[in-house]
Amino acid sequence: MIEVRSLVKRFGPKTVLRGLDFTVEQGEFVALLGPNGAGKTTFLRILSSLSRQSLGEVKIAGYHLPHQSAAVRRRLGVVSHLPLLYGDLSAEENLQFYGRMYGVPVLHDRIGTVLELVGLAARRRDLVRTFSRGMQQRLAIGRAILHDPDVLLLDEPHTGLDQDACEMLDDVLRQVAVRGRTVVMTSHDLARAQDLASRFDILTRGRIQASVRGADLASDGLLAFYRQTLESTAQPAREARPA
Amino acid sequence: MNQVTPFLRALGAVVWKDLAAEWRSREMLSAMLVFALLVILIFNFALELDPVGRANITAGILWVTFTFAGTLGLNRSMAVEKDRGCLDGLLLAPVDRTAIYFGKALGNWIFMLSVAVIVLPVYSILYNINLFQPGLLLVILLGSEGYVAVGTLLSTMSVQTRTRDILLPILLFPIVIPVVVAAVKASGNYLAGLEMAEIQPWLNLLIVYDVVFTAVSFMVFDAVVEE
Ligand SMILES: Nc1ncnc2c1ncn2[C@@H]1O[C@H](COP(=O)(O)OP(=O)(O)O)[C@@H](O)[C@H]1O
Ligand SMILES: [Mg+2]
Repeated sequence: MIEVRSLVKRFGPKTVLRGLDFTVEQGEFVALLGPNGAGKTTFLRILSSLSRQSLGEVKIAGYHLPHQSAAVRRRLGVVSHLPLLYGDLSAEENLQFYGRMYGVPVLHDRIGTVLELVGLAARRRDLVRTFSRGMQQRLAIGRAILHDPDVLLLDEPHTGLDQDACEMLDDVLRQVAVRGRTVVMTSHDLARAQDLASRFDILTRGRIQASVRGADLASDGLLAFYRQTLESTAQPAREARPA
Repeated sequence: MNQVTPFLRALGAVVWKDLAAEWRSREMLSAMLVFALLVILIFNFALELDPVGRANITAGILWVTFTFAGTLGLNRSMAVEKDRGCLDGLLLAPVDRTAIYFGKALGNWIFMLSVAVIVLPVYSILYNINLFQPGLLLVILLGSEGYVAVGTLLSTMSVQTRTRDILLPILLFPIVIPVVVAAVKASGNYLAGLEMAEIQPWLNLLIVYDVVFTAVSFMVFDAVVEE
């Protein structure tokens, strides 16, 4: 469903992604882990066509980025750490707006279904700026799945949420991840990631350095795997640097 | 036809969204209006206009008011998109991105014309001069179109920077000078009751600028929003 080969992204003189390879099959739920500044957000922005790669091939659902970006965007749902919602519109109006942008058919019914799913049906007429961060994040997920995308990209969806809000969010995420939908989620919360995802990829030093399936991990094995990957990749690079 | 419908639907959605949100908060329009009315009053005190002189420089005052109030609106309209990530939300939609540009520009145009709709009668009453002349209204329509066409594009650029509130006027004013000059001349000539032959060249110039500015903005918008 997602195929990335030799992806390079530079910001001026700074190279953030250095020949990254990444493949995701349909229906996988991949957690993308890595230290701050590793380039997770940059990578997701490229996948979501908001940013253009410097080099390399990016293919989603058979379409190439950046040239077939409209076809890719139609199949993508994106949740970033900003809510992408308008505070002065109600929950329902926000979805109406995005539904029109995506050309969602029978929009009224679909909005009802989605609000029900994210647990906001009772607040549908309230302005989004009166919502808590957790409610906004759930509505953001509702916005992302409104057009029933094949691929869902989530950038640190748990950031800024308290324990309860995280659990409600996880419930929603489990529901939207069903039915063969492909999900890529960045996270720095290993425990939550391990609860949700079926595969864990570690992005550091501009590449996916390691990947492991949930089935191959012990219940607390992700942390050990993560630490080990960071250590083994940090060492050679330090030696290679001139004094 | 298949291409046109999603384009217009998205454009309409953007305009509807901007109007609905503004109807709720009225933040932007009220700021623009208060500012515009203050500018008019200040000019009056500062210049201590006699009725004859007033007629001559009315056009200038009006356009200074519109352009300054317009910048407030342009800044605000883009800041709303940027601060909660909504600009990304717009760009993620599977539509031609110029639909987003035209939607934002049309919304900004409507806001600017709304300011004019309030400012004109107030000015007319305060200074006892009739501004409701079809020719003048046409000039305002054309002048503000050129202004928001460039302004919407430049506000999309400036909102990405740290100094955005300051940057927009610095980028925008030099570029729109031709539009403002043509609009002031055309308005002034209408108010002075000059012959059509004296007004027409300025109107033509305005139309040319509108077409050029809109076309250029339309072509470069995609490049401006891409990282
Ligand atoms: N628009 C940009 N311009 C310049 N540098 C950027 C830009 N976006 C991200 N970066 C840099 O890229 C690196 C990776 O950032 P990011 O993708 O946000 O990391 P992560 O999400 O993994 O924490 C950082 O060092 C950041 O400074
Ligand atoms: Mg990040």
